[in-house]
Amino acid sequence: MTKYIDQGKNDTRSGYGDAMTELGRTNPNVVALCADLVGSLKIQPFIDENPERFFQIGIAEANMMGIAAGLTIGGKIPFASTFANFATGRVYDQIRQSIAYSGKNVKICASHAGVTLGEDGATHQILEDIGMMKMLPGMTVINPCDYNQTKAATLAIAEYDGPVYLRFGRPKVANFTPVDQKFEIGKAVMLSEGTDVTIVATGHLVWEALIAAEKLEEQGISAEVINIHTIKPFDEEAVLKSVKKTGCIVTAEEHNYLGGLGETVARTLTVQHPTPQEFVATQDTFGESGTPEQLMEKYGLNNKAIEKAVLRVLKRK
Amino acid sequence: MAKLDELQDIVVQTRRDILRMVHKVNSGHPGGSLGCTEFLVALYNEVMDLKEGFDMDGKDEDLFFLSNGHISPVFYSVLARKGYFPVEELNTFRLLNSRLQGHPTTHEGLPGVRVASGSLGQGMSVAIGAALAKKLNGDDHLVYSLHGDGELQEGQNWEAIMYAAGNKVDNLISTIDRNGQQIDGPTEEVLPLGNLKEKFEVFGWDVLEVAEGNNLEAIINGLNEAKSRTGKGKPVCIILDTMMGNGVDFMMHTHAWHGKAPSDEQLANALSQNPETLGDY
Ligand SMILES: Cc1ncc(C[n+]2csc(CCOP(=O)(O)OP(=O)(O)O)c2C)c(N)n1
Ligand SMILES: [Mg+2]
Repeated sequence: MTKYIDQGKNDTRSGYGDAMTELGRTNPNVVALCADLVGSLKIQPFIDENPERFFQIGIAEANMMGIAAGLTIGGKIPFASTFANFATGRVYDQIRQSIAYSGKNVKICASHAGVTLGEDGATHQILEDIGMMKMLPGMTVINPCDYNQTKAATLAIAEYDGPVYLRFGRPKVANFTPVDQKFEIGKAVMLSEGTDVTIVATGHLVWEALIAAEKLEEQGISAEVINIHTIKPFDEEAVLKSVKKTGCIVTAEEHNYLGGLGETVARTLTVQHPTPQEFVATQDTFGESGTPEQLMEKYGLNNKAIEKAVLRVLKRK
Repeated sequence: MAKLDELQDIVVQTRRDILRMVHKVNSGHPGGSLGCTEFLVALYNEVMDLKEGFDMDGKDEDLFFLSNGHISPVFYSVLARKGYFPVEELNTFRLLNSRLQGHPTTHEGLPGVRVASGSLGQGMSVAIGAALAKKLNGDDHLVYSLHGDGELQEGQNWEAIMYAAGNKVDNLISTIDRNGQQIDGPTEEVLPLGNLKEKFEVFGWDVLEVAEGNNLEAIINGLNEAKSRTGKGKPVCIILDTMMGNGVDFMMHTHAWHGKAPSDEQLANALSQNPETLGDY
């Protein structure tokens, strides 16, 4: 299988922050908003260089979404950022009416998604955001896998006209995708070709999928690994082409199995090409405090869980 | 009244608990916790009328809701020291499978907690609901709540503030931890709260200010005064001027310790400023 090298652990939120610095220099229409979490979102350099294009909203996320919607009227490209929980569930109707339904070019940039936020616990660990956001008509939903890809995705969504939900995380994780990658919204990335099973993963689970595929290779199982960084619009072609070859699929995501990537895949397959599928996702539960590694283990979100799911799905072929 | 020096002993021990808890897991929120230590110690040990043990409904006793859930360390320490659960359990703060979650929850069944908090701005509404239930039950006990000052930027607070006054929820005492700080800096720079007293008053609340929010006697007097103003048709607000990081010299006069744990040396220094009183857990 294709080997990937960790270029040095980094957090995906820094990919967001560094891309914002770049956008500050290259795109005068880009404006940034934040709700009392500037440090966590890594946007201080953008603020230092463009103080007039930064809006500190205070701890008032609903107001932030409305102001972001308003800023688009007049041609600004607002990047409204906070923790994923406060960027989605807390402000769902504001996003629904003022941004999605009104077709506003707002980029909702959400850090600290999922259980890997760690010790803060369940109140902050949203596992339902992909579902909520993908259900909104017209919303693009992106969950990049590492620092480089988050940076590339942030730059790409500035060029795209329409509402976007960009989800990333807190911990430092392997950084293995190319530095200079071109990010194509809605286009799955083939990471490693294989013949026995398809693994599609999103976000932090992509690296875990690659580790799982290596371990499976040692057991003589050839896994195809695809990075689905864009959950909506979903690259049906890539997944259908793969399962027609492998005959079974495992989906992996740091999200509830209800509403996540797995369900999007299942729907596609049910309609077009019924295929045995196993889900690596949380099982309709809230998270809890712990270290990211402990939580990935307890909630079945690591390479071990993916490997087991592959062994299960192979039996169902 | 419990002797002030007894309460002061609990305060100092609670500070130690807070510092040791956040240090052990290298995460959590010591600054706001230390700033509210005297208040919560006084509330639980001197002011509130509490039953033995814990049940969710809390009938025939006073209730407390922590809206600014990130100051869970002080809440957990005060609850444990009051006997709601074993003090040794403070050792499990923020660890996997613990009842002491990063932010307080009911999900793991920790005695003393009646609703989850952590996502800011929701606690006053819940406190109002519990106060209304008390009225329906003919229970003349009071409901207390605590809120961060930055937290007041959340619009839901103002819906709640309007509702409580408009509906004469006069068995509610909501305290604002006016430490002047939030994550991105001073509240008056991030998003000015302006004159909070006047804001609450024009919304129809009875407001009193406690300027020495880290002084046990001033807090107790303020709370007793607030109690005397309940039952008169208005919800009561206490604006409590506190010092973030109080009791640890290098954590005071800064917002740097909002959500940061001390190093080994810093912990030793902080503990030396607060010698053991009731025994460490
Ligand atoms: C809805 C929501 N938005 C943002 C946060 C992140 N956050 C946690 S504490 C905090 C600052 C709170 O300020 P304040 O209420 O003044 O508390 P203090 O820092 O003084 O303890 C923020 C923004 C949150 N927990 N909930
Ligand atoms: Mg404050």
